[in-house]
Amino acid sequence: MDIIDGLTAWIGLPEWLQSWVHTGSSTLILIVTITVPLMLAVAYLTFAERKLIGYMQARIGPNRVGPRGWLQPIADAVKLMFKEIILPTNANKFLFIIAPILSIGPALAAWAVIPFDDGLVLANVDASLLYILALTSVGVYGVIIAGWASNSKYAFLGAMRSAAQIVSYEIAMGFALVGVLMAAGSLNLHDIVTAQSGNFTDWYIWPLFPLFLVYFISGVAETNRAPFDVAEGESEIVAGFHVEYSGMTFAVFFLAEYANIILISTLTAIMFLGGWHPIWDVAPFNWIPNIVWLLGKIAFFAFFFLWFRATFPRYRYDQIMRLGWKILIPVTLVWIIVMGSAMFLTPYGDFFH
Amino acid sequence: MNTLPNIALATPEIFMFSMALVILLVDAFISSQQRIITYFLTQATLVVALIISIKNFSEPAAMVFNDMYIHDTMASILKIAIYVIVFLVFLYSRDYLKSRNMYRGEYFVLGLFGVVGMMIMVSAASMLTIYMGLELMSLSLYAMVAFQRDSSRATEAAMKYFVLGAMASGMLLYGMSMIYGVTASLDIATIRSVIASAGLDNMPLVFGLVFILVGLLFKLGAVPFHMWVPDVYHGAPTSVTMYISSAPKLAAFAIIMRLLVGGLEPLAASWQDMLIIISILSMTVGNVVAIAQTNIKRMLAYSAISHMGFFLLGIISVSANGYSSSMIYVLIYAVMSVGAFGVVLLLSRAGFESEELADFKGLNQRSPWYAFLMLILMFSMAGVPPTVGFYAKLMVIQAVVDADMVWLAIVAVLLAVIGAFYYLRIIKLMYFDDAKEGAAVIETSGDVKVLLSLNALAMLILIPWLGVITEFCRRAIADL
Amino acid sequence: MNFEQLLFFVFSGTLVFAATMVITIRNPVKAALFLVLAFFNAAALWLLLEAEFLAITLVLVYVGAVMVLFLFVVMMLDINLVKLREGFGEYLPIGGLVGVLLLMEMAIILSNDLFGLERMPEPAGHDAAYSNTRELGRLLYTFYVYPFEIAALILVVAIIAAISLTMRKRKTTKHQDPGEQIRVQAKDRLRIIKMPSERRP
Repeated sequence: MDIIDGLTAWIGLPEWLQSWVHTGSSTLILIVTITVPLMLAVAYLTFAERKLIGYMQARIGPNRVGPRGWLQPIADAVKLMFKEIILPTNANKFLFIIAPILSIGPALAAWAVIPFDDGLVLANVDASLLYILALTSVGVYGVIIAGWASNSKYAFLGAMRSAAQIVSYEIAMGFALVGVLMAAGSLNLHDIVTAQSGNFTDWYIWPLFPLFLVYFISGVAETNRAPFDVAEGESEIVAGFHVEYSGMTFAVFFLAEYANIILISTLTAIMFLGGWHPIWDVAPFNWIPNIVWLLGKIAFFAFFFLWFRATFPRYRYDQIMRLGWKILIPVTLVWIIVMGSAMFLTPYGDFFH
Repeated sequence: MNTLPNIALATPEIFMFSMALVILLVDAFISSQQRIITYFLTQATLVVALIISIKNFSEPAAMVFNDMYIHDTMASILKIAIYVIVFLVFLYSRDYLKSRNMYRGEYFVLGLFGVVGMMIMVSAASMLTIYMGLELMSLSLYAMVAFQRDSSRATEAAMKYFVLGAMASGMLLYGMSMIYGVTASLDIATIRSVIASAGLDNMPLVFGLVFILVGLLFKLGAVPFHMWVPDVYHGAPTSVTMYISSAPKLAAFAIIMRLLVGGLEPLAASWQDMLIIISILSMTVGNVVAIAQTNIKRMLAYSAISHMGFFLLGIISVSANGYSSSMIYVLIYAVMSVGAFGVVLLLSRAGFESEELADFKGLNQRSPWYAFLMLILMFSMAGVPPTVGFYAKLMVIQAVVDADMVWLAIVAVLLAVIGAFYYLRIIKLMYFDDAKEGAAVIETSGDVKVLLSLNALAMLILIPWLGVITEFCRRAIADL
Repeated sequence: MNFEQLLFFVFSGTLVFAATMVITIRNPVKAALFLVLAFFNAAALWLLLEAEFLAITLVLVYVGAVMVLFLFVVMMLDINLVKLREGFGEYLPIGGLVGVLLLMEMAIILSNDLFGLERMPEPAGHDAAYSNTRELGRLLYTFYVYPFEIAALILVVAIIAAISLTMRKRKTTKHQDPGEQIRVQAKDRLRIIKMPSERRP
């Protein structure tokens, strides 16, 4: 930071421009420190997925590139970068190119408000929960625009399926978060985590268990992952909305999907599993740095995503809709009413705080 | 702010919308053979609400919900009238709905929500609540007009109603925003005091007034904002036409009273002139064009337009007396209109809409009693003594004369005479023409028969009680 | 010009541009996308006003849900643009006249001394502990509780109306009833009949 300040002073920039450069560069450095590890995590999540599913299916998985296949993600990345980006005939060029960006943008922007530790957050926004909800809901545009701009029936069908699915599950997701909001009495993610400080018994997963289930299931559906992956159902519509994409544009979609997985895992950890708090606030446990706890919880949930994919058969489209509208939403509504009445009408309100 | 408001005064609204939701749920769980349960629940809701409102009647005027809800005599009277009228509407239309596959729970639920909207308008004390009530009612009405979704005519009518209604709402809202900009308040009483203390030659204020007037007159269906009325009356299922033509007029009266008189009376000099023109135009267009109609629903639509013109006369006189005569007029008009459409509904059967004037030919030979009821209703609409319709017209004209506008009174009387023509034509068709081949004798259930008879005969029976009604209306206006 | 003003001009300029594109562009899908852009810029303007709840809700509700469904429909419709534009020239004079009139009225009203910075000064800033969301919630659930509930009713009516006007139960539709599927017993599916064996003909 000092180096940049010194540099601008040495060049002789005007005072106001210096302060702009200062804030701009310091924010940029923070963004990079979040994004680069995230991208690496995404790369190795794909590796983990292939390995894990391999083991679950009694295979070894990728093992050629590097020792035990550890360089496989790098190889994949290099391959994708050098592949040609093919524009379909009559595709809308501008929208076709911008769609992957719209897809990954929100997935990365959401990280701005994620608290990694007490005070370790890029922007401590007051309404960060709402911000997260708004950004995850914007992610669908990448999918829709990709499907439409590709000028292909498969892509279009995939986009339609995915858009309907995402919009439906967003409602359940939002309602589940209303429960968290009620319990914590704040929209600020940092406050939500601090409200869960203590032992694992203070985590919101216990009082909000139905909401936790709903949130996580909706999260899986929101990321279009198995078993809710009709949007890219290989056996029906090849690859869905990104069927026409190749090379780096495809890679960006791929990145967005995995970044979203990590995001949803993080949010679940933050909102239901006490964020950076150790499982037990006693000697051997609280020696481990807080951030390691958070990363462990994220890894735990990310593992579920992979596990689901290896385990469950794909839902049919109408079943997805039924699950979202007729089961998850009523469950959240009922639990919010239960919570509200318990908090204000009965002496058991403490259970939810 | 921390104490709970005295919401007991708002029990009718709360009860009504809770019941509407209950009925919606109940209806989801019963089979179509048990639909009668929904019907009875709906009617019971109206009756219970009536009882609650009568109980609340003698409560002193008060504001609830941070001065957004007002309870006063006018609100109570109008609410009671709305319940009774909607009760009659549902009763008369029961068989009609059954024979047209419209006998569904949503119909009644939407009807009840419409009533809630009217109630909110009737006791609104803030521009915000006026607008929200209006939207609630209008939205229910749009859906009810489109309820016969396979009928392209009904769909077209709903579309027109919706688009024009939305535009009217926009106008109203635009005007309200200007008034708000000037007075910095949504509260009607505050608006009045601010306007009274500030100068009257305020440009934005007059613009706001004009937009509000346009919005209100659109909803009221006064000329030149009447284009939707005939089409909607004609296109909508007759049962819905009956609903639209009666109770919402009471709510429209209420918001005119609240907004124009309650809030903007200091600007009366401005709106009086505009209303005079509107009123004369409405009476002229309504009465003259009605003569050319061959369809009874269209004819009654134009008749409604002309009645709105008459009803505005009382408002134009800008006096307590005039307002109360307008109130009586609109109450009587709503009862007449329900009765008239009730007879039209009776004439129609499964697969047959009795809409043409020719369908009334020789009604006396087939069903002399119903012909007689229609005779009374038509006399009352035309304003022939000794029906109450005559007294209603007499009172508004009296109010205009009192306000030194004799010329306007003369115009109104002349137009009323012209209007009498088409009402009498129906009587002529019923009594002096021969029935068409194969025209059926009217059959109906006992309750409809009794209540419809009472409804029509009320045009005569009520005369001795006119004094009492007038007294109530005077009190309502004095209370305002 | 300070940074905030610069941001204001950038966002409002984009907003006006996007809004103009919404009504002038030929392709309905692109028009919808420009509307999304307009919403984003409006949200940014609200953020500048420290109304972060409104800003985020605008994005969440309008961009995240309403416009998605809108795009959904627009993409599936085969809109005939030529037909849409029919009569445009015919209605232009009267429409333009009304537009100009409204514009003039707006100008008259806004140039009035009732509006202006002296009469409506910039509201005082809030300290860091001020939460826009909390204040809005407090107002909505206390002072404005009555209109708020009515708004809820309006939405209910809209839902009822939309469903009752559009839902058609086709008898030919095949659908599953999971409850029935779970309740099914082996004997419902398979009937074992005892019959004497038959001789090969």
